[in-house]
Parts: sequence; structure tokens; C-alpha cells
Amino acid sequence: MASTEEIREGLAEIVNEITGVPAEDVQLDKSFTDDLDIDSLSMVEVVVAAEEKFGVKIPDEEVKNLATVGDAVTFIEKAGS
Amino acid sequence: MSKVTIQAAREPRSSRILGIGGYRPSRVVTNAEIIEHIDSSDEWIRTRSGIESRRWASDEETVVSMSLAAAQKALADAGVQPEQVDCVIVSTVTHLYQTPSAAAEIAHKLGTNKAAAFDISAACAGFCYGLSLASDMVRAGTAGHVVVIGVERLSDLTDKTDRSTAFLFADGAGAAVVGPAAGPAEAGIGPVVWGSDGEHLDLIKQREDWRDALRNEIGPTMPHLVMQGNPVFRWASYEMAKVAQEALTAAGVTVDDLDVFVPHQANMRITDAMARTLKLPERVAIARDIATQGNTSAASIPLAIERMLETGEAQSGDLALIIGFGAGLVYAGQVIRIP
Repeated sequence: MASTEEIREGLAEIVNEITGVPAEDVQLDKSFTDDLDIDSLSMVEVVVAAEEKFGVKIPDEEVKNLATVGDAVTFIEKAGS
Repeated sequence: MSKVTIQAAREPRSSRILGIGGYRPSRVVTNAEIIEHIDSSDEWIRTRSGIESRRWASDEETVVSMSLAAAQKALADAGVQPEQVDCVIVSTVTHLYQTPSAAAEIAHKLGTNKAAAFDISAACAGFCYGLSLASDMVRAGTAGHVVVIGVERLSDLTDKTDRSTAFLFADGAGAAVVGPAAGPAEAGIGPVVWGSDGEHLDLIKQREDWRDALRNEIGPTMPHLVMQGNPVFRWASYEMAKVAQEALTAAGVTVDDLDVFVPHQANMRITDAMARTLKLPERVAIARDIATQGNTSAASIPLAIERMLETGEAQSGDLALIIGFGAGLVYAGQVIRIP
């Protein structure tokens, strides 16, 4: 199982690929909407890519609870364990 | 028991699209006008949908009148006379007469010689559904020439105060004439890959049926269209990219053979995501008619093809991938030659 830092790095790569936000800005305390300026449709794309990369399922109703990068990393850690 | 053999209509042959035509309503509706009724902004609408403006029909621009204009252009483009038309198929969800069909009236007004005529309901996949039916009719010999029309007045069923749909839906008509190809090498319509997924009926739908809308306690209302944007975006961007890939495989071609990609003009973001998922080569021209036309449901694909021919982004003979998807959920995709 990947470490927290490995998941954050993987997620940062995805965010960079989809939205162009620099990977180093994607830190655990950052809010997807307020800090990284990622809208709901880009968030769907990030989620789909994260599902593929980490082999987890992130249901639609869960996505709105993932406010920060840390929330997403925690969810992926739990879903993958 | 009678021993006679029923005579087959004819040997199967190949089909192709012979002509395309569209009708765009005269009134341009800007984002500025849309946001008079919703809490939104021009910038929000552009970034979420790619829509800068759309067309809404006037009272005189009816489902039938817009269809007629589009069909007449398509017939002229095809060089086919109305009396050569054996069938008219109209796909629409906004012909607000339950009966008779729009197709019967259009077939008559077009000047066909009592052509078979019927409407189909396949929402935003309607043009591709109709094209598949028309192609099979021509191939089987059921019809010589078929006019397929996708037409909508979605503005009639749009809730102008719903910030998730008010900016999206629009009006227009697009038509294609389908007829026989000279031989198998000239075939212009690939096998359809289609289906439905009624489990997700609620993602895009008319809010209530007409009976409930008319008996509403607050008085008669229009049964508006409602949509859950994010799940639809996910389904369209990823599941439909798989269907598009299957349509390529069914036609025996790859993305490298394509010249043009014309997805239903649902949302520019869906088009972009599909193009990325399909890994389309950069030289493939991608339809982006939605920017000034909005989402016209069944009309969007023929309208987009017409625009690409006008601008030179597409040429006659180009290999195109088309795919429609929408409420139902329903979907259909095929590879075609641009007429």
C-alpha cells in the first residue's frame, strides 16, 4: 500500500495533468476549489483518474466531502486498505 | 399450408449520407440575457460549458418549420427530389403534440409522394438512432432515400431560473438525406454501436409528466427538463468514449484514420474530455458548434457537421466519428463519410 506522501504525489501529478496547476502546489492543506481553483467538472476528471491510478472507487456522493487534498488522500488510503 | 416463397425486397446494398442541412433560429441569446434570471456569470458559463451564445426559436420557428428548412437544404445538398423520398424520420423530444407525428406533416409539406413518416424519441442520441434506422432501411431495400431530421425547441422546456440548465439548452434543426451507395467500397455509414441504461433514468429527464404539470396546485406549468450535471459529465466523458471506441472498431478503423470528430454538442468540457480519453491525433478536426449554438439535443450533430463544412474544417469525403448520448440514458455512435 502506498504511503500518504506517495498518494499525495500521485494526486498532484493527476491534478497537474488535468488542470495545469503546478504539482508542488497540491499540498495536504489545500482546498481544491478555494486554493487550487478546480471546478466541479475538473474534480470529476481528477476523481476518475485517481480511481484508475489507485485502484479505488470514489462514489459521486463522496466527492463533495473531499474539500482538501488531505481529505482525498485520507479517503484513498482508507478505500485502498 | 401455402408453399409460396415470400419475395425478399431486394439484395442488401450499401448506404451513405448524400446531403446535410441545418436551420438555426434567428434570435441570438447571449449569456448576459441568461444571467438576468440566474445567479451566474458570463465567465462561469463559458468555463463550465464553452457556450458564448445560443439560438432560441421565435413562435414562428416551430418544430415543423425548422425541420422543413433543414430538410430542404439537405435535399438540395444531396441533389435528391422530394418525390424520391420514401421515408421521413424525425427525432425530437419537444414536438409538443402527442399525435399526429411531426414527421407526417413534414413529409407532406416537403412534397414527398406519401412517404412513410414517424417520430422517434431518443433525446440527444436521436440523430444517430435515426441515421442507423435510415441506413438499415436503405441497405435492406425498404426505402430508396430517407430524410433523417433532428429537431428541438428545448427552450420551451427549459427552466430559465435553473442555474444548472438555463444556459445550456437551445433550439434548431439538422437533417441528413440517406440513400444507396454505388457499391460496398462507397459505403458511408458504419455499423451503429448503441444501447440504453434505464438505471440512470433520473440523471436527465422531464421533471414530471404533462398530466401532473397541467394539474399543478399553483396552476398549469411546463414540465421542465432537469439534469444532474456532474454524474452526466462523468458518464458522457468516460463511458461514451468507450462506446466511441467500439464504433471505430466496428467500422474497422482507428483514431489515426479519422479526419473529423463530431460528438453530440452537450458541453465543450465533455467534448474535450472525450477527445483526451480517445487520444485523438491533433490533426483530427473536432466539432465545437456548441460555442454559439448551445446544446440542441437531436439537432446538434447535423448542425455541427454543416458548420464544419461551411468553415472548411471538414471536407466532403472525410471520415468522421459521430456519437450521440443523452436522457434515458441512451447512446449511439457510428463512423460516417462526410457527404
